[in-house]
Amino acid sequence: MSIWEYANPKKFMQTSGAVLPWMTALSVLTLVGGLFWGFFLTPDDYKQGSTVKIIYIHVPAALMAINAWVMMLIASLIWLVRRHHVSALAAKAAAPVGLTMTLIALFTGAIWGQPMWGTWWAWDPRLTSFLILFLFYLGYLALWAAIESPDAAADLTSVLCLVGSVFAFLSRYAVLFWNQGLHQGASLSLDQEEHVADVFAWPLWTCIAGFVSLFVVLVLIRTRTEIRARRLSALLTRERMGA
Amino acid sequence: MIALLLRDLRLATRAGGGFGLSLAFFLILVTLVPFGVGPESARLATIAPGILWVGALLASLLSLDRIFALDHEDGTLDQLATAPIPLEAVVAVKAVAHWLTTGLPLALIAPLLGVLLNLPPQAMGPLMLSLLIGTPALSVIGAFGAGLTVGLKRGGLLLSLLVLPLYVPTLIFGAEAARRGAEGAAIGTPLVFLGAITLASLAALPYAAAAAIRVNLR
Repeated sequence: MSIWEYANPKKFMQTSGAVLPWMTALSVLTLVGGLFWGFFLTPDDYKQGSTVKIIYIHVPAALMAINAWVMMLIASLIWLVRRHHVSALAAKAAAPVGLTMTLIALFTGAIWGQPMWGTWWAWDPRLTSFLILFLFYLGYLALWAAIESPDAAADLTSVLCLVGSVFAFLSRYAVLFWNQGLHQGASLSLDQEEHVADVFAWPLWTCIAGFVSLFVVLVLIRTRTEIRARRLSALLTRERMGA
Repeated sequence: MIALLLRDLRLATRAGGGFGLSLAFFLILVTLVPFGVGPESARLATIAPGILWVGALLASLLSLDRIFALDHEDGTLDQLATAPIPLEAVVAVKAVAHWLTTGLPLALIAPLLGVLLNLPPQAMGPLMLSLLIGTPALSVIGAFGAGLTVGLKRGGLLLSLLVLPLYVPTLIFGAEAARRGAEGAAIGTPLVFLGAITLASLAALPYAAAAAIRVNLR
């Protein structure tokens, strides 16, 4: 029994099919619970008023935007090394989800920034690196869409993902050269004193759990769709060959 | 390898090779800026380093398809892939040839165009230095992008979407060095980072580009 068993599409379909309802339920529960808790049961911040509550969407979305790329990186590496098709398809499935998370983080940030910083957008390091991450997602998706042969597409996008992650992290640190940060430091950290108040932190953790499970659910669904699409095209080809 | 380098240089400089085109594009881009933002010399001077860097970046982007596309069309790339030198070396040589025909001339005429944009004289040296150090990275990253899209029919726009995000760190440190030079500040730190990016891409990206080309030739 090893994790590589799940590289078998049939096994993957069985397991993911069994896990999916539970994961969906978990995601719905934590998201509804966390957002309700955050929006209605926590006090307003003494400085920011009720706008502080956008943190429950902004922070988890931003977290998942980065982690989605990391997941794609790992899936691409597995595809390049062990050539498991499920892995390549999972990377493909994760990209639009990551793109959406990046967009959500950018938009909620802008909505929060307008009343708080007095501007929708600033060329601040974190904001800029997210915009660049967004561009990386766009390029990755465009490359998938442009190549007809599925195996060549999987190979080329994996290489792009590898190179892209190096440059994405490089950009992340390069933009620090615009040292005029408006964006505050980390909201959550395990080892530091500076931290959001506990009353905000618990619903935030719940929302993060919700976004993580939502991401897993969406990626599983999209991977299953990709596998089915692959099977369908194989069936059609076989039929056309008259076998 | 030297023969390949000479061949690429010859192809680029002969008629139809598009050697002068990227320089002309650089010139026209710089000419357009004063029309767009207004000709006040003080404003031009403050944005000149950034404009020159963006211009150099776009000019080298537009000539990227030259690296592999023609060779792929007439089958030369298949020949090179089966040649006794490794494909990684072919990529590196082609990137060097691309740099010699775009990055180097761009860096050399940049101070001239800087005069048009009212760039202060003490900024000329840092600008040229940053372009000389940074443009090889643009060529190597571009060779990777060109290798990814070499088999595609309409690869041009896709190529820019793939390559431009990869250019971001180079642009940031290059323009930062040029701007600090214009302000008379120390330029060591951004130049060192720029050199690190160039050397790292030169060391690593030919492998990625060669892998991509192998997939495309499969």
